[in-house]
Amino acid sequence: MIDVKDLYFKYPSGIEALRGLNLRIDDGEFVAIMGENGAGKTTLIKHLNGIFKPSKGDIYIDDVDTRDSTIAEISKKVGLVFQNPDHQLFSETVEEEVAFALKNFGYSEEVIDMRVTWALNLLNLESHRNESPFILSGGERKRVALAAILAWNPKVIVLDEPTIGQDYEQKERLRQLIIQLNSQGRTVIMVTHDVEFVADCEPRVVLMSKGKVIADGPALEILTDFEITNRASILVPQIPSLMDHLKDVCAIHKILNYHDAKNVLLEIARVGQRKS
Amino acid sequence: MALEGLKFKQIYSPIHKIDPRVKFVISCIIFSVTLLYIELIPLILLFTIQVPLVYLAHVFKEWSRSIKGSLYLTIMIFFLNLIFGYFSSGYQITSNAITYAIATSVRFLTLVSSFSIFFLTTSPDDLGLALQRARLPYAFCFAFTTAVRFVPVLADEAQNIIDAQRSRGLELDRGSFLSRVRKYIPILIPLIVGAIRRSLEMAEAMESRAFGAKDVRTNLYELEMSGRDWMVLIISLFALLFSVYIRYYVTIPSFEIPIPI
Repeated sequence: MIDVKDLYFKYPSGIEALRGLNLRIDDGEFVAIMGENGAGKTTLIKHLNGIFKPSKGDIYIDDVDTRDSTIAEISKKVGLVFQNPDHQLFSETVEEEVAFALKNFGYSEEVIDMRVTWALNLLNLESHRNESPFILSGGERKRVALAAILAWNPKVIVLDEPTIGQDYEQKERLRQLIIQLNSQGRTVIMVTHDVEFVADCEPRVVLMSKGKVIADGPALEILTDFEITNRASILVPQIPSLMDHLKDVCAIHKILNYHDAKNVLLEIARVGQRKS
Repeated sequence: MALEGLKFKQIYSPIHKIDPRVKFVISCIIFSVTLLYIELIPLILLFTIQVPLVYLAHVFKEWSRSIKGSLYLTIMIFFLNLIFGYFSSGYQITSNAITYAIATSVRFLTLVSSFSIFFLTTSPDDLGLALQRARLPYAFCFAFTTAVRFVPVLADEAQNIIDAQRSRGLELDRGSFLSRVRKYIPILIPLIVGAIRRSLEMAEAMESRAFGAKDVRTNLYELEMSGRDWMVLIISLFALLFSVYIRYYVTIPSFEIPIPI
């Protein structure tokens, strides 16, 4: 369980990125953190594994104050996948890259080998096992970075902008992977600007603006609210936006996913046909 | 971070307006005068005359950051000099040695301060223009300004890389000296690869905007020495002559820190 209490954080340059943020994420939840550029999303997730320590307020991971543990200790529970994979790739082969953290955490050779194979298969990277991570495409590098975190099986996975640079197919795979990890009981937290991706996943949405949480609730509720999304400088996804245009002709217009929208629209078409 | 104390900040102040060449000459004058003296009083004087300039340029916060950043080295310089003084004066700490150690520390701070003011108040572009005026090839000037401009960017990137690797269980402050040095490999490789990748991308972007199409290049802004610039330059040169004169023809009042025993 992650419990963030009245969190304030000021960078050495004087910029106050978080201003009294409260958030509680229970085990096994799937949360998307959204908000404008500079809202403090990345600053917040860097607190979750102790890279940043609060200027004021507290963060507890499983009832332990992050101030009382090292980054390595917390990271074993909370795996943070950075936005830019090039900030972490350094090994000669993809295999070594994925094994790096496992070695740091002191796992045995057999366990490392098993976990690396598992993570590479999970992300469809087995064929690149002995290649240099530097010759891979942007999307593949991003997946190597993700595999390198999933390898030690942290119970909380935090993803910073996971969909950037991924084509539609990879995005869909990523969505299925996230849902699979979540259904296996892991907590998944992702920071993203990709409203369509969030609309497809339908997680709990936490909207941030100017270092605070301004809305928190199911995706259906938050992403169909024009006023609140506007405050966080994000656009309502296409389906709720379309349904909003049709609100005069259909009673239910708070719809987020494609299948519900299709059913409602088919119903309208049928009624229209009957009338004519 | 100490590097912040060298990062240019665009503000309008009388110091920012001075021609970069003049500012460079002033920095060199302060540099040479600082090396001319080893007596405590003139060195303290040299340090303090820079403080009003810092206020005038509105960069006190950044300047004090660079001073704070160099304090660690300053303390090292102080103790090293004190230890040498201790050995050379027959295994005892004399007030002379303390004074000398303080003077060398102040000397170091004065040098840091003068370069900090120069870099804080001179934009890399102006610096590049000044180099061009000195008839250096444009490609060289461009490389220089780009290098200066990318220092803070690289520093940010290094911090991000450190954060990313520490999130993967890398503990930089544990282990023996050798193993700690080896732990910097996962940080240096992404940093260097990133810098090379960025420079290649930048070269492509520059070439697609016709970089190097013509040998002689025009500039949007030209450097012109104003009357005020000439005045500042002449005053600084007189100050240099004056300091040289004092150094060789006037006895400098000696001041020794008494030993606090």
